[in-house]
Amino acid sequence: MIGDQTKPEDFKNERGGDHSHIKGWGIDRDPKNDPTYPMKHRTDEEIEGYTWERPEQQPVNIEVLHSVERPNIPAVFGTAQPPEGLSGAIRRFAFKYSESSYGRWLPLVMADRIGEIEGIVDDLKKGHIPNLFAEHGLKSEWKYNRKKFVLKSAVTAAALAGVLLFLTRDKKD
Amino acid sequence: MLAMNYRGPFRIRADRDRPFPEIEHPEDAIVKVTRSCICGSDLHLYHGLVPDTRVGTTFGHEFIGEVVDVGSSVTKVKVGDQVMVPFNIACGKCAFCKQEMYGMCHEANPQSTAAGGIFGYSHTTGGYHGGQAEYVRVPYANVGPTVIPDWMDPDDAVLLTDVVPTGYQAAEMGGIQEGDTVVVFGAGPIGIMAAKSAWLFGAGRVIVIDKLDYRLEFVKDFAQCEVYNFTALEDPVVFIKKITDSLGADVCIDAVGAEAAGDTMNTMLGRKLLMQGGSTTALHWAINSVKKGGIVSIVGVYGPIDALVPIGNVVNKGITIRASQASVKRLLPKMIEHVKSGTIKPKEMITHRIPLEEVAEGYHIFSNKLDNCIKTVLIPPSA
Ligand SMILES: NC(=O)c1ccc[n+]([C@@H]2O[C@H](COP(=O)([O-])OP(=O)(O)OC[C@H]3O[C@@H](n4cnc5c(N)ncnc54)[C@H](O)[C@@H]3O)[C@@H](O)[C@H]2O)c1
Ligand SMILES: [Zn+2]
Ligand SMILES: [Zn+2]
Repeated sequence: MIGDQTKPEDFKNERGGDHSHIKGWGIDRDPKNDPTYPMKHRTDEEIEGYTWERPEQQPVNIEVLHSVERPNIPAVFGTAQPPEGLSGAIRRFAFKYSESSYGRWLPLVMADRIGEIEGIVDDLKKGHIPNLFAEHGLKSEWKYNRKKFVLKSAVTAAALAGVLLFLTRDKKD
Repeated sequence: MLAMNYRGPFRIRADRDRPFPEIEHPEDAIVKVTRSCICGSDLHLYHGLVPDTRVGTTFGHEFIGEVVDVGSSVTKVKVGDQVMVPFNIACGKCAFCKQEMYGMCHEANPQSTAAGGIFGYSHTTGGYHGGQAEYVRVPYANVGPTVIPDWMDPDDAVLLTDVVPTGYQAAEMGGIQEGDTVVVFGAGPIGIMAAKSAWLFGAGRVIVIDKLDYRLEFVKDFAQCEVYNFTALEDPVVFIKKITDSLGADVCIDAVGAEAAGDTMNTMLGRKLLMQGGSTTALHWAINSVKKGGIVSIVGVYGPIDALVPIGNVVNKGITIRASQASVKRLLPKMIEHVKSGTIKPKEMITHRIPLEEVAEGYHIFSNKLDNCIKTVLIPPSA
């Protein structure tokens, strides 16, 4: 691609210069912060392997899928939404593969999409019809982006009308 | 209780019948949330880009609040304390925590050994419910939660749980030397803080690239830097070479991550088809705009799936890449100092305050960058 209108001589990459107008300029300067040196407080404990004194184990009362790259469940873990239904079965399958494998991630992406449908079924079972307008936060689209909102609604309406016409067409035509 | 409830990509709501969190481990605390934020990272979940984001999860990893219950082994905080809670869940005992890499704790995330534990950030970071709720379970309460100093404004405090230390670490990882030219990709809250912090490390020039003029205007003022809108540039890499004596910047920072715009193929593969761990356009520009032997610092978040990166140029140019989830606890004391001295004024970034009940609108506004949104704070009704 050919360059834009900027001319190199418009800019000077000066290293010096006065920065006194910037509050705090240089206060955390650290010439020794050489990026080839890892940013950690080096203790070399990892050399000893997985031998540290572990925190107390949180009781495992739910199904917790854990990576095959570790031998155990960590001392603490989240208990949100244990695997369930078809999406859960797919997640169990995915966790047979390492984090280095597509076998792990692609099924999880699929499980997430199926989980969304399961979520809708679940809502309906509880007598809750999802309010898609509210869930998508479309009130603010109407408020702050009206042009796009109107355009999108018109396109959606036209598409729906098209589908309706197609479905209700007289087959003998 | 009232809490955000994820129902699928672009679909969330606030439900009133969510179960209260419980103490599940002796080192747990329960925190009554007074403020939580929506982060650029939450958008990756909201757009369905992070695998194992289960329907029914509550998001939110940037929050402050009052301790209302503690487990039997909690000694560092007590009921009634007002605390800020780093977004990393960290045990303080494993080899990684002991080396102050609190973003990589090995005792907080069963599902992935690569990532540490994070509040409200999918099962890929541990399966915890987050803080966009009235109450939240906070594990390892002896390690993360930090009492908010009396003099500190809660709006500043909530930004210390992620945004401020993350932006600061982005600059820190750049290994900036006095006089260096630093280019920051992204003028979201993280890029804004990275630009501001670059000066503290003695940068000679700080340049920010984005496509949203209102954000560029803000950062130009807030961080006193040069700004350019990449949609007006034919090729951002050529442009940066031109304005840096043709050699490139000393340090480039990726503060954009998986949702980068600016390249159709990357957008298709990374954001629409989900064939790679996000769109890598900003990282691509960073690698190609940095000087030979330069440093690329990545705080932009990407998914766990492989992503396209011009790795050949990394080799040929001898670039050092440094990247991390921020180590909030390591940096907090210094960040508190910088807020106290007035060097950093985080709350100026807050543009929107939204009742937790309207969380869906909050996400929509932030995701679509409506109404000149930079940072959104959610306020629970009980706060
Ligand atoms: N490493 C960590 O610890 C950590 C912590 C918090 C956030 N993050 C990540 O940092 C990133 C930024 O977060 P945020 O809250 O500022 O998000 P944000 O969505 O508010 O900001 C992202 C900005 O990038 C701009 N942008 C898009 N494509 C670009 C490109 N090609 N070049 C330059 N700019 C471009 C957007 O216009 C937007 O202003 C996200 O990926 C987030 O997940 C990382
Ligand atoms: Zn965040
Ligand atoms: Zn740890």
